[in-house]
Amino acid sequence: MLKQVEQWVKAALLEVQEYVQLVGRVSGAVVTRPYYYRDIVLQFEAIGVGSLVVVSLTGFFTGAALALQTGQTLDRFGARTLVGQLVSASMIRELGPVLTALMLAGRVGSGMAAELGSMAVTDQINALRALGTDPLRKLVVPRVLASTVMAPVLTVIADTFAITAGWIISVTNLGVSTSTYWTQVQEGLYLGDAWQGLIKPVVLGLVIGTVGCHVGLSARGGTQGVGRATTNAVVVASVLVIAVDFFLTPLLMRVLY
Amino acid sequence: MAFATARSPELEEALGPGSPIVVFDRVSLAFDDNVVLRDISFTLIKGHTKIFLGASGSGKSTILKLIVGLLRPDSGVIWVNGERVDNRTEADLMKIRTDLGMVFQEGALFDSLTVAENVGYKLLEEGAPDGEVWRRVDEVLGFIGLSEFIDRMPAELSGGQRRRVAIARAMSYKPRILLYDEATTGLDPITADTVDNEIIKLRDLEEISSIIVTHQLRDAFRIATHEAVHDDNGLRIVPADAAKAREAEFIMLKDGGIHFEGHAEELRDSRDPYLRSFLS
Ligand SMILES: Nc1ncnc2c1ncn2[C@@H]1O[C@H](COP(=O)(O)OP(=O)(O)O)[C@@H](O)[C@H]1O
Ligand SMILES: [Mg+2]
Repeated sequence: MLKQVEQWVKAALLEVQEYVQLVGRVSGAVVTRPYYYRDIVLQFEAIGVGSLVVVSLTGFFTGAALALQTGQTLDRFGARTLVGQLVSASMIRELGPVLTALMLAGRVGSGMAAELGSMAVTDQINALRALGTDPLRKLVVPRVLASTVMAPVLTVIADTFAITAGWIISVTNLGVSTSTYWTQVQEGLYLGDAWQGLIKPVVLGLVIGTVGCHVGLSARGGTQGVGRATTNAVVVASVLVIAVDFFLTPLLMRVLY
Repeated sequence: MAFATARSPELEEALGPGSPIVVFDRVSLAFDDNVVLRDISFTLIKGHTKIFLGASGSGKSTILKLIVGLLRPDSGVIWVNGERVDNRTEADLMKIRTDLGMVFQEGALFDSLTVAENVGYKLLEEGAPDGEVWRRVDEVLGFIGLSEFIDRMPAELSGGQRRRVAIARAMSYKPRILLYDEATTGLDPITADTVDNEIIKLRDLEEISSIIVTHQLRDAFRIATHEAVHDDNGLRIVPADAAKAREAEFIMLKDGGIHFEGHAEELRDSRDPYLRSFLS
């Protein structure tokens, strides 16, 4: 029993070490040539454009539900008109980054793990190396760059959809006027919130991209291994998104306000 | 460390005909506590053929991956084309790999690229002009008889066609050493023969040194005992004379070590029970 725990801890530490090494090597490769521009553009398209619908829908329904819920709660304090403030502040600071990142973990993290995983188990990664290509530059850098840069962009889109949905609900359901809603949306926002809402998704996007690639590249054992890698990537990336957000929030609050 | 471009005349001469092109000196490798190779030594002479036999899991693919530098040995020294590959950085290895072509088990074609893009991959990567690349791709696909499949995706090919595209990809940039990992496993005898013929043609007409991994005796013997000739009657595969057949050497791996090493005839005449069971 103790031996098993020991083995498990060792394996976990090794995994973390390998992950950190990957992140280090990616950082090195991002600032040096050669770049695979075509692959970078393709990944920006696949990750950015490909996630638009998912992220917009998530944002829209979250904003709508948030407006309905908070409308009711605020009624108890006779403060229904503040609904715009609540929707914008909670979306931009917390829910927008986290929910977008969770969607990306499911859609993009799993995709990377599946794609790189099947390349790993069919020796395509080795074939790349044998043909003189560094898989890190060709496969990992484009994906990590795309997820890191597109996460904040997609988060802003999710926020926009959420605040718009909040407005629709406020006007149709809560009887709050359009001008009151939008004034409150602005009232609720500080510059620090905007920064927080942009910096968080950068970090979360980086986590999703590197975890997806790392888990994919270390896939072993045929199609079963690819399946395991895909599941692991989603689980690990999702938990990390929430954990990293938790630790990032107080840090950013101290720095930004 | 210097590379091919900076060789002294003495080294050039030492690497001329009849010189070793791949050398393993007491190479060992274990994955955790699974010892795959134990003190393996062998030499491949330029233009000759080594054929590795052995049960699955005996370390055949591992040997090829060591040559290309995809794996590192735990101990021992590996020379390829006059350069050590066992202790080099990935950047150094990239240069050494330009003279190595590897046909992976199952092909390992890039399934997001067309046949043409697969075959031209390395040339495009090196920045060769597009026109030149596509001309070479045409030429190579013609050589292996797959010209009409140039725009297909790998998923649309049969197993045999995929292996041949893998061979085309490995030979496209004219490496002087080609490594074949079970290029004929799982193919019907007729398709296997066409793949064997490509291997023979490349060896005899392009003077390529070959290392062949297989557990199909039939293909191993065919490659060892045939040669390609190009004369007034065109290109033919004919039975090789005794001297030529001796240029192909068999190595049988078992339990991490070399169980047998010798020519086709010695293998055929061997009384060793393990070899006999493998041959029958
Ligand atoms: N990357 C790896 N990690 C761990 N074990 C490996 C790895 N590659 C190969 N092995 C093990 O090494 C042994 C030899 O594998 P391989 O060279 O592929 O055999 P062969 O090609 O002769 O069938 C097998 O037992 C295999 O499980
Ligand atoms: Mg093998």
